[in-house]
Amino acid sequence: MADGGKKKAVGLPLPLMQGLHGEFYRHCAAGRLSFQRCSDCGRWRHVPREICPACSSWNWSWEQSSGRGTVFTYTITERSMHPAFAERCPYAVVVVEMEEGVRLLSRVVDCPPSELEIGAGVTVDFLSLESPAAGADDRQGEQAPGQEEIVLPVFRLA
Amino acid sequence: MKDKACIVGVGATGFCRGEGSGKSLHGLQLEAALAALADAGLRAGQVDGIMPFPNLGTAEGFAASLGCENLRFATTVNMGGAAPVASLGVAAAAVSSGLADYVLMPAGWNGYSGSRAGAIVQEMTASIPGGAIARDFYLPHGLVAPPQWYALIARRHMHEYGTTAEQLGAVALAMRKHAQLNPAAVMHGKSMTMEQYLASPMITDPYRLFDCCLETDGAAACVVTTTERARDLARPPVYISGVASAQPYPADEITGREDIFRTGLTVAAPRAFEMAGVKPADADFAQVYDCFTFEVVQQLEEAGFCARGEGGAFVQEGRIELGGELPVNTHGGLLSEAHVLGMGHVVEAVRQLRGEAAGRQVADASLGVVTGWGDFGDGSIAVLRN
Repeated sequence: MADGGKKKAVGLPLPLMQGLHGEFYRHCAAGRLSFQRCSDCGRWRHVPREICPACSSWNWSWEQSSGRGTVFTYTITERSMHPAFAERCPYAVVVVEMEEGVRLLSRVVDCPPSELEIGAGVTVDFLSLESPAAGADDRQGEQAPGQEEIVLPVFRLA
Repeated sequence: MKDKACIVGVGATGFCRGEGSGKSLHGLQLEAALAALADAGLRAGQVDGIMPFPNLGTAEGFAASLGCENLRFATTVNMGGAAPVASLGVAAAAVSSGLADYVLMPAGWNGYSGSRAGAIVQEMTASIPGGAIARDFYLPHGLVAPPQWYALIARRHMHEYGTTAEQLGAVALAMRKHAQLNPAAVMHGKSMTMEQYLASPMITDPYRLFDCCLETDGAAACVVTTTERARDLARPPVYISGVASAQPYPADEITGREDIFRTGLTVAAPRAFEMAGVKPADADFAQVYDCFTFEVVQQLEEAGFCARGEGGAFVQEGRIELGGELPVNTHGGLLSEAHVLGMGHVVEAVRQLRGEAAGRQVADASLGVVTGWGDFGDGSIAVLRN
């Protein structure tokens, strides 16, 4: 796990562990970056969708990504736009283009923002966030959080 | 639908920061609506169609306040900042097909004294079509607000085409220059140099403070009716010659698009120009939705004013300033007049085509373009003529 331990998650906007979005994050919690892949036309997709936008097929499976990709674009946020990220400024959010062709919004945890470069090779890692049940009032969204650990896919320079 | 409908009245409130408008969200928009109706020479009660901006009011509420006893057309286009121009198309279709006679389109907010962008960003993000995707895949990594969404596209454009900070600055400077000719602009009397632009603090790279639109209190409105009815009204009609709106694909997710520069306007612009029977080069001016500087560069490219990748050079050397090849945002735009959600661009286009733009008038303006941009790249465009 990145950073070798648990992060305090209270107040951070977290994904709701629901539906296909929840399934995506449960794969991350199991240490796998997986995307949907159409069983009929073979196309990979992210974000999760119920049917294949290319061929309308309902048949798909979660398949594990190689975890390798390149930095497609990024922005370095210097002025806080959300209280949960104020102390992190300046921080970079990064779009990674995976070998499978899909793109994923994430971050590169071992690279100072000023040294980021489009085209840089990256590999996936996982960042575990503390189960936020104790801070449920601070969570975003309307659903009860449950007790699940939430793990975000992040990246390191290859 | 070409020339079947006209904009017959426009109006706006004053624009301010500081103490704020002193009016409610509803009252502010009513003030602009009444100004637009007075401009057209219409009584408020004659309005039978209302198209409010997304999440900022209801047709029922406006009709109740305005005494519209015969409201029969009420709808909202859910395209964020692309809504006002997209609504011109829906209103034109409504009046030319008989669904309504007079459609009122109000827009405005207390963007300074009321709902500051930073405070409502999550609520706002949750309300757009991609809200659940943003919540589950963007917010956890700190991608929380529109300047960041679009900065991702701007950074990629700089990488692929060599677009520079100075070119983004040229957009900011042109808008600021135009605001010096517009007494209503919030930035009137506050000129800006390239040095000041480059020295402004970075917000989210590559966007500096002066790449970002203003937060202001203000509202604007317009009224649309048929060309036949327009002839009997107070002001010279402005014809809706071509109009279109479209979505990027997919519209609910901004990072995974095969072609990240292809937005709603890419699809909409050729249709609007075709409907009007003109080319981009025929336009005497363009009022381009300028939430951030790069979006002007990108929309000029995707609307066909220049080729993709050439937008950076296109905006330099005064080409988008008054007196240049294509004056853009002659009122100062969202960057230097006020953030009226794109309706200010419609009002300015109409004033230019009626020859009422005083010190910032484009000489002999007869054909103008106005665009809208919203959410994750929804696009709208109207070709207007006098």
